[in-house]
Amino acid sequence: MLEVKGIGVFYGEVQVLWEISLKVGEGEIVSIVGSNAAGKTTTLNTISGILRPTSGEIFFEGIRLDRETPDRIVERGLVQIPEGRRLFPEMTVLENLEIGTYPQRARGKRDQTLKKILDLFPILSDRKKQLASSLSGGQQQMLAIGRGLMAQPRLLMLDEPSLGLAPLIVKKTFEIIKDIRSQGTTILLVEQNVMHSLQIADRGYVLENGRIVLENTGKALLEDKNLKKAYLGN
Amino acid sequence: MSEILIKVVINGLLMGGIYALISLGLTLIFGVVRIVNFAHGEFLMLSMYASYWLFQLWGIDPYVSVLIIAPLFFVFGMIVQRGIFQPILNAPEVSKIFAAIGLVMVLQNLALLFWKGDYRAIKTISSGLLIGPEGFMIGLPRFIAFLAAVSIMLGLYFFIKNTYTGKAIRATGQDQGAALLMGINTKRIFLIAFGIGSSCVGIAGCLLMPIYSVFPTVGAYFVLVAFVIVVLGGLGSMLGAFIGGLIIGLVEALSGYFISSTYKEAIYFIIFWFLLIYKPTGLFGSVSQE
Repeated sequence: MLEVKGIGVFYGEVQVLWEISLKVGEGEIVSIVGSNAAGKTTTLNTISGILRPTSGEIFFEGIRLDRETPDRIVERGLVQIPEGRRLFPEMTVLENLEIGTYPQRARGKRDQTLKKILDLFPILSDRKKQLASSLSGGQQQMLAIGRGLMAQPRLLMLDEPSLGLAPLIVKKTFEIIKDIRSQGTTILLVEQNVMHSLQIADRGYVLENGRIVLENTGKALLEDKNLKKAYLGN
Repeated sequence: MSEILIKVVINGLLMGGIYALISLGLTLIFGVVRIVNFAHGEFLMLSMYASYWLFQLWGIDPYVSVLIIAPLFFVFGMIVQRGIFQPILNAPEVSKIFAAIGLVMVLQNLALLFWKGDYRAIKTISSGLLIGPEGFMIGLPRFIAFLAAVSIMLGLYFFIKNTYTGKAIRATGQDQGAALLMGINTKRIFLIAFGIGSSCVGIAGCLLMPIYSVFPTVGAYFVLVAFVIVVLGGLGSMLGAFIGGLIIGLVEALSGYFISSTYKEAIYFIIFWFLLIYKPTGLFGSVSQE
């Protein structure tokens, strides 16, 4: 479904990604794990069209993406939920969800999708009229996921969805991600929470200093000795 | 309260309506595109000249010329954004400030070149007409200007609140990066916001023409007032621009009555100064000291 072929990305003069190649198949959950500043967010932002690769190519369902603008990419059904939620703080919960249906392809089914999402996150339904900035961290993450789903993604990219959340909410967030997949949306997940994210992933990539150093099934990566030593502390 | 004082208050509020409309354009452009358009006053000057010439050459009343000038300035604003500010979107703040100031110089001097430095005023059918109950009569043009300004602001508020484009404008103002990820073409939104902001000031120019004269530097005075209002109301806040406009209109009228109209600018700037010290985010501001 998504194929990234050997992309290199620069911030100004500084190269931050080297030869990144990865694949996400329809219906999969794929995780990219790695420490801080390994290039995970940069990878997602390049796929989203915020950054332009200087080499390599990106294809989504056979269509070349790496020359397209971010809004066109969203219109194709490739949606990113950014790190740190990035809600619109001065808009209500409902307005945040509504703006999720901004892409033309999502507008027609707006009311239907909205109902589905409010069923999925009843807490948002209770707080519809509140400003997004008044929600707790966990609720904000639910809203960010809800807003992303309003765009009717075919492939949903989540950047550090568990960051800054209480352990119980983290668990819930990963369960929700599994649910979303079971309803037919493909997932590309970027996480520092290596353990949780590889547990739910079909396949995973390990990113280090802007390069992919390991790739395998989620289960095999969890067993990997080097990975254990580096990230899981045993 | 004496009759005169009531009249002063009413006149101040009416003028405040126009100030609010001018400031609304400025605050919208700042809040969304993050450009401090110093040339906003020159846009006002141009629209006043446009309205003036439409009246002089073809006898089109300024209230009618709104229908021509509003769309014209929408396009003009988009051209300025596309041609001047979009290419330097990611440039340092200083470059944007100088680009705006450069635009001020160019527009002022073009006006001076074409139309000389004379003060020009027009006498329309509504000039000099008074309405209201005996003893509290107010000038009809001021009343019309206030009503028009308020209706336009209400219309704009409805648009921003309820339409997809309006919501996208707000979203872009609140978090440009997140807006991009929601599929919003932020460059297009910048063009629209700049267009709407310019259209507002264009309309304000038409509404001012029956009560004010136009000259190449007329914008400088109004833009100063608009900056005070925008900071008072809170940078980027539409409600703030409205309330701030009324407050400044009132302050101006009252200081003219109690002290002297020659000191009114001094009075704004004392307010401005206290504001920057004690409440730099303004009345409704959320954009902190960026």
